[in-house]
Amino acid sequence: MVNEITLKDSGHESDLVAKRVYFSGFIILLLVIMIVLRVFYLTVLQHEHFTTLSKSNRVKITPIPPIRGLIYSRDGEVLAENKPTFSLEVIPEKIDDVDMLIGDLKKIVSIEKKDIERFKKSLKKKRRFENVALRLNLNEEEVALFAVNRHRFPGVDVVAGLNRFYPLGEELVHTIGYVARIDEEDVKQLNASNYSGTTHIGKLGIEKSYESLLHGDVGYQQVEVNAQGRVIRVLDRKAPSPGENLHLTIDLSLQRIAIEALKDKRGAIVAIDPVNGDVLTFVSSPGYDPNKFVNGIDSKSYKALLSSKDKPLINRVTRGKYPPGSTIKPFLGLVGLDNGVRVLNDESWCPGWYSLKGHEHRYRDWKKQGHGHTDLHKAIMQSCDVYFYILAYELGINRIYEGLSKFGFGKETGIDIGGEATGLLPSREWKREALGQVWFPGETLIMGIGQGYALSTPLQLAKATASLANRGNVVRPRLVTNSSNPITAEIKKFPVHFEDKVTVKNKLHWDQIIQSMRDVVHGVGGTAWRSGLNAAYEFAGKTGTAQVIGIAQDKEYKKEEIAEEFQDHALFIAFAPVEEPRIAIAVIVENGGGGSKTAAPIARKMLDRFMNDKTLTKGTSG
Amino acid sequence: MEEQGLSYRVHIDFPLLLGIFILCLIGLVVLYSAGGQDVDLVYKQAIKLAIAFVGMIIVAQLPPAEIERWSVWLFVFGIILLVLVIFFGDVGKGAQRWLDLKVFRFQPSELMKLTVPMMVASYLADKSLPPKFSWVVIACTLIIIPVLLIAKQPDLGTSLLVATAGFSVLFIAGISWRLLASMGVLAAACLPALWYFMRDYQKQRVLTLLNPEQDPLGSGYHIIQSKIAIGSGGFYGKGWLNGTQSHLEFLPERSTDFIFAVYCEEFGMLGVLLLLFVYLFIISRGLYIAINAQSTYGRLLASSLTLTFFVYIFVNMGMVTGQLPVVGVPLPLISHGGTSMVTLMAGFGILMAIQTHRRFLSF
Repeated sequence: MVNEITLKDSGHESDLVAKRVYFSGFIILLLVIMIVLRVFYLTVLQHEHFTTLSKSNRVKITPIPPIRGLIYSRDGEVLAENKPTFSLEVIPEKIDDVDMLIGDLKKIVSIEKKDIERFKKSLKKKRRFENVALRLNLNEEEVALFAVNRHRFPGVDVVAGLNRFYPLGEELVHTIGYVARIDEEDVKQLNASNYSGTTHIGKLGIEKSYESLLHGDVGYQQVEVNAQGRVIRVLDRKAPSPGENLHLTIDLSLQRIAIEALKDKRGAIVAIDPVNGDVLTFVSSPGYDPNKFVNGIDSKSYKALLSSKDKPLINRVTRGKYPPGSTIKPFLGLVGLDNGVRVLNDESWCPGWYSLKGHEHRYRDWKKQGHGHTDLHKAIMQSCDVYFYILAYELGINRIYEGLSKFGFGKETGIDIGGEATGLLPSREWKREALGQVWFPGETLIMGIGQGYALSTPLQLAKATASLANRGNVVRPRLVTNSSNPITAEIKKFPVHFEDKVTVKNKLHWDQIIQSMRDVVHGVGGTAWRSGLNAAYEFAGKTGTAQVIGIAQDKEYKKEEIAEEFQDHALFIAFAPVEEPRIAIAVIVENGGGGSKTAAPIARKMLDRFMNDKTLTKGTSG
Repeated sequence: MEEQGLSYRVHIDFPLLLGIFILCLIGLVVLYSAGGQDVDLVYKQAIKLAIAFVGMIIVAQLPPAEIERWSVWLFVFGIILLVLVIFFGDVGKGAQRWLDLKVFRFQPSELMKLTVPMMVASYLADKSLPPKFSWVVIACTLIIIPVLLIAKQPDLGTSLLVATAGFSVLFIAGISWRLLASMGVLAAACLPALWYFMRDYQKQRVLTLLNPEQDPLGSGYHIIQSKIAIGSGGFYGKGWLNGTQSHLEFLPERSTDFIFAVYCEEFGMLGVLLLLFVYLFIISRGLYIAINAQSTYGRLLASSLTLTFFVYIFVNMGMVTGQLPVVGVPLPLISHGGTSMVTLMAGFGILMAIQTHRRFLSF
């Protein structure tokens, strides 16, 4: 019976399939007729229309790429420019023997094997009357030499072009970034017609984030071509509109002091004007030469950069994640005051260590013999760890998280270049989600000294410092103050972005914290007192030393026993003047040891320069 | 068992072979003109065609029952490769489609044009037709997974063809008109979602189709120029090697996706009728093979391969004549390029296998 059904069904099935196949054939016929009708419409009914068009198609439109906008520093120095380059180009139809020509040209300019290979490759692709480049980037001597001998080489000419050039090289690479040849990824995103004549595009930093402003708009040239496609004459020309010039907030004198201070070191320095968010200094060390990337870096050099132990390609300012260490203390102190957990004069007893009730583990103070009776002012000034262990414990992680996130910890700063890291401000929720664990009280304790899970970028630290200096006014850091049009000279100012204000119940708390930070550098026994000596102005600061590796309970941190890459990071945050501050700085020296010894003197040098310069202290805008 | 003619001994279907051969000849002739009279280009294409021909004949030797047995494994293999492409694929022309196998680069999505209909056909082959609703759901899932993987690369053209190949099996299997209509409605409802997931350049192509003049230097350029080339060709065409639009390089991609425009310009409406005649000859032979196939698997697969072949033609001609968006589907066996040609020829190999391995019982 089973057999019978199968047999019966199979007959029915093949009928069904055949019906469907006939139906498909019918649809195919209909669609083919549709195509035929369409082709009939185009070739017969519209024939004249398209014939006219095809004749007028002798007019070809070719794009003229716009000139990319320049980038200037705050004081007007050119940071990114377009440098003329010269290439040696050949018109194939005018040459009888290509190899002989190359042989003759070799006597004047150097032509390498790879040049010849590239030349022969593009020779095949192009039409006989189109220029083909034989040598790129001729130097001036070669241009001159060829000019003298030009009469000997009909069909060969020197053609000028523009190449992006960064005169300061690695000094600003992490800020400005660079342009490079448009690749397939870019093609998908960009406006194809506006980029039809463009070869390079911003890949990193300001060059990338301000790409649309810097690029400008393409122009067109209508040319008449003959039957072979050769250009007979130019009929019409719509000039391209060049890209806008950008004016940065970066002050080169400060930038250079910072670069010099970080020479042969790894680290980052950021300085921000708390009033308008202008980033005066933006240094990530080491840097690298952006000019190598413009026309494609060779893979050997790129590999060397990638594999370098110093990781020069990483933008430490926006992507370097460091434990904030003791620089977190003033912020935490404010959170403590604001939550009413402490008043300024409440004292804690610091014997040099602290233990949670019922636990053996000793959380140690950096000062072995302890600070004795310590109030908040002294705790910030001398960076007492025990005071902040206790404060953090009493606040609890929830209130710490809430208080610190108002200062932007664990969040992007919103600076006008992309690729920022968020850092990490840990919370109970975060730990449960990321690690699947509950929060331990000991972890709250070490949050008090900015260790444990907490990670912040130098830019976050600088922004938080600026917000503190500003008594709660949070302003978004920015690198560009305005653009200017190279033709009309019209200036467009970019707005200053103010963010949610940090509010405290008692305004006096700001003064108390800021006074304590002032005494870090100017007070007796302040951790950075050496850096405050003989200053002609008053500034405020806080040192920090971030542990890279944990030290066992019974061991002591001995610098000379630890390999360099495991030594502590040195941190320092500062702002000046104490009243109405105009600069906030964050300095991080990787594996630099103590913050007071390594980082604070760098900030002092920059502040000296800043405070002595009237033009800087007044600011340019805002 | 009765001994059949030569065709059954060498497992080659001669009518199909003839049609394919004529097409390839037309293709080489047009390519010579479209490629700027570059003999080298034509020579290379001829070599690729020859290799694909050999591949077709090898596939034709496999008994369909054998092919049916491999369907599932080839399908699973193809899916694994597609996933590998996502993680290790090379980027070519702005999309991740290629797997670098050291010896040669390989595009797994091409493989899916064959394995998806094979899989669906083998899934439905041992069931009674028309398929039950639950089978249709399973078959749809089998189709949609590879289609989404390919669309993600992103390769709209290929994912469209793979979807066609899969769904045409379902259609031929006799899925009810009501179900078909509701699937159509569902697909229409998905369109806004699809729009949301499309890349900007894909959206641009659709918008350009609606109004090519809005961006004459960008994506509208293709369509405008190709319409001029076709229209100026007229009924008789400008003659071989005399197309001005294509030779003045107004027409982009003239040897690959837009080769039909070159053909129209030089051979006119008359040439188009001839070309369509050859295509229809191949298609009708394919459908004939489908109807006369002995197993359900053979019937389903043969129809699906033939219908997909037609969709190639229709989508390519539709886009070149400015009726469909530019999705990057080549004109089968005419456009320059090796990847889709190999799959097409393998597909014809399967058709031949289905036709020439038939057994005739003598009672």
